[in-house]
Amino acid sequence: MSEHRSGAEERSSDGQRTAVHSGAAAEGGGPLGTVPDDVIALIDVVQYEETAGFPVERGYIWTTCSSVENGNPLFWDDAVAADITDGPIAPPTMLSVWFRPHNWAPGRAEPHLPLQVHFDLKDRFELPEAVMTDNTIVFYEPVRPGDVITTCQKLKSVSEPKTTKLGTGRFWVIDVEYRNQRGELVGVESYTGFGYRRSEA
Amino acid sequence: MSEIAAGTTLPPLAYDVTATTVVLGALASRDWRPMHHDQDFAVNRNGTRDIFLNTPNMAAWFERYLTDWSGPKGRLGRMRFRMKGSIFPGDTMVFNGTVASVDDDDTGCRWVSLDVTVSVDDAVKTECSARLAVPTTPDDNPWARRGERWLP
Repeated sequence: MSEHRSGAEERSSDGQRTAVHSGAAAEGGGPLGTVPDDVIALIDVVQYEETAGFPVERGYIWTTCSSVENGNPLFWDDAVAADITDGPIAPPTMLSVWFRPHNWAPGRAEPHLPLQVHFDLKDRFELPEAVMTDNTIVFYEPVRPGDVITTCQKLKSVSEPKTTKLGTGRFWVIDVEYRNQRGELVGVESYTGFGYRRSEA
Repeated sequence: MSEIAAGTTLPPLAYDVTATTVVLGALASRDWRPMHHDQDFAVNRNGTRDIFLNTPNMAAWFERYLTDWSGPKGRLGRMRFRMKGSIFPGDTMVFNGTVASVDDDDTGCRWVSLDVTVSVDDAVKTECSARLAVPTTPDDNPWARRGERWLP
């Protein structure tokens, strides 16, 4: 998602933390007075719920392990997997892999962009540029071959306007939650994005 | 893993990145975007030096680096990435890691916090802070933890 290379900083030039949680907004009159109500109304709302188009498969697990020369026996030796993880699992960091659609599929409608909420915010605030400055992944239940994963996106916070060396815009935090077919949480990715307009030279 | 303590360093891992590394990693992570396989697009449309490693595959590299060290019972709880620059074919990327702290939580799970970097020519390209659960005894297995006993 985010090989944006940039000098974006999480802190603005005045040194204040820029991604302010929505909790402050509800109190009114605070620094988030500049975040529009329609955006505040989206905070913590489940958006873009989507189920993966295919189940978790071992072929991709092996291809991924091969690509980084990961010899962890959990993924290659069924006896070790049976002993430690009660059967085969996927590498935890493959969480988002199960959601990237095939490059082509018959009769497919255009899928949502990954992190559609990010692009929605760019449009809403008319910010032509954006970078991802921070990405955290938290892992819960292991993902196993045959699982069908469902995802949703939640806006967690939006900052007031900030100026960094890239330009002027806003920081926002978006969570992507992943659940298996039993509804168990398998992971949460949290992205900090900075949408901005370049500073006039 | 009882000898782990703050300040413990992980053995470095150096890897010579080729175009194959980049393309294989992109396709393994189902990332079909052209800047990860099409040099002409990367250079002439994206303005980068060459095709470059994609972020999801970078996460897989960090996982491999950490579990090479911990062994299969090491269980990732949390990873945080800060991207600073890209890695291109011809680069030798070098992973380094240091244990920041070791703590047992209220459920008895042992957590190792690590600061890991991948660098090229001593310039850090991505930083990763990781929280990894490790066994406290030969019989302990972090993977057996579920629900309220797994607090990543």
